[in-house]
Amino acid sequence: MKRYLLGIALLTFSGLAFAQEDLMKELESSQTGDTDYAFQTFKGTRIVNGHTVETKPKGTLEFIFAHRFGEVNGGLYELFGLDDAYVRYGLDYGITDNLSVSYGRNSVDKTMDGYAKYKLLKQSKGAKNFPFTMTVLGGVAYRSSPKKDNVPAGFKTIDRFAYVTQLLVARKFNPNFSMQVMPTFIHKNAVDQNIEDNDQMAIGVGGRLKVTKSVALTSEYYYRLQVNENSPYKNTFGIGVDIETGGHVFQIVVTNTRGLTERAFITETDGDFSEGDIHLGFNVTRTFQLGGNRSKN
Amino acid sequence: MKVSVFFAVIFLSSTQVHAQKFSTEKGTISFFSDAAIEDITAENTMVGSLFNSTTGELVYIVKIKDFIFPKALMREHFNEKYMETEKFPKALFNGKLKGYNVSTKGEQNVTATGKLTIHGVTRDVQVPGTISFDGGKATMKAKFMVALKDYDIKIPKLVWQNIAEEIEVTIDFAYKPMK
Repeated sequence: MKRYLLGIALLTFSGLAFAQEDLMKELESSQTGDTDYAFQTFKGTRIVNGHTVETKPKGTLEFIFAHRFGEVNGGLYELFGLDDAYVRYGLDYGITDNLSVSYGRNSVDKTMDGYAKYKLLKQSKGAKNFPFTMTVLGGVAYRSSPKKDNVPAGFKTIDRFAYVTQLLVARKFNPNFSMQVMPTFIHKNAVDQNIEDNDQMAIGVGGRLKVTKSVALTSEYYYRLQVNENSPYKNTFGIGVDIETGGHVFQIVVTNTRGLTERAFITETDGDFSEGDIHLGFNVTRTFQLGGNRSKN
Repeated sequence: MKVSVFFAVIFLSSTQVHAQKFSTEKGTISFFSDAAIEDITAENTMVGSLFNSTTGELVYIVKIKDFIFPKALMREHFNEKYMETEKFPKALFNGKLKGYNVSTKGEQNVTATGKLTIHGVTRDVQVPGTISFDGGKATMKAKFMVALKDYDIKIPKLVWQNIAEEIEVTIDFAYKPMK
């Protein structure tokens, strides 16, 4: 009997002693059913030249100034490309956390571009497990060159348009490393059919590796599929260093293209990286908060 | 003898059975960083907490990603650069509350003593605050300073916006009784 009572007393006592830990466990167990979404798979909305899966959060406006110098192998006469400059001024805006639109003006072919971008699926873990983030991108580019009174015979306004559709699929493997693949379809209303087709496809691969909390290396490559055998164009490749300082992101890049719309950099890159047709350039972004941010992800 | 042991056991177990517990899933924790260039405020209204008024035990869990900022960019920086949320998704407090009487009406000054874990660093803390019991509910409030360096939270050199080295944290938990 005594032993029996001692048993009960011990049991009761141990119950008290561990009560504190139990309270924490109780709270933890009541909190399952939570889903963590991967955030910031990439720092910005562009890897080097092309888009990332990232959209701007609701009410956020981003100004992007992108700049490419001439080719480094231009020699001292061209000051290694620094005498030339190709620019794109652009604005990206988050309508919702998952839907962004953007507008830009490019000096190459005096092109205006517009995009809509929608995040379809989000990488997550926890209650809901999903391995990657998927964003669909649609874009239109309108080239103003050649000038109206200077067009070749039969050239119509509609011929100035080109369209791009991309599926952007990315996975953040860990806080420092993300990768993305981008199947791409481009349609150009007018092409020289001796060297290229109206419909062109490419598959892109890109990634980001964080070196410190504020510095990351990025790279991207687009491989064109079913290329016309007379095509003078090359696949585009680029490497960048992202440096983040508060509301700014500076990106220093080297790439074999001067174009900043998909039509230009995926299908009309004329530089050969291995032969020194390399453009130094930079992207500078500045983010402004316009609407109130009550976003959850 | 037997009888007294019997009563002792009954008494001990009864304190456990009738322990009054309070819970909330929507506690509020906010913080304020007062800096030269930019003041930063953020609020988390999804803090889970349990409080046992019989033993004084108090625990809460703060999910770092649930802090909401006036600017999306602040939230990005907070999670990615300062709190390293993917590595340390939660802040925890595990301790005891002292200096209250459940049957007293109105606000009472209390002290919470225990272990506070932020950014993977656990420290012993003592936080003054208040508690009030009203119609079976309980409200707990506290305001205290957290020094970033105590919890190994580093500010990257490249960040232009100054961030205060000490952050003012405000706690406001409205508890309901648990059955």
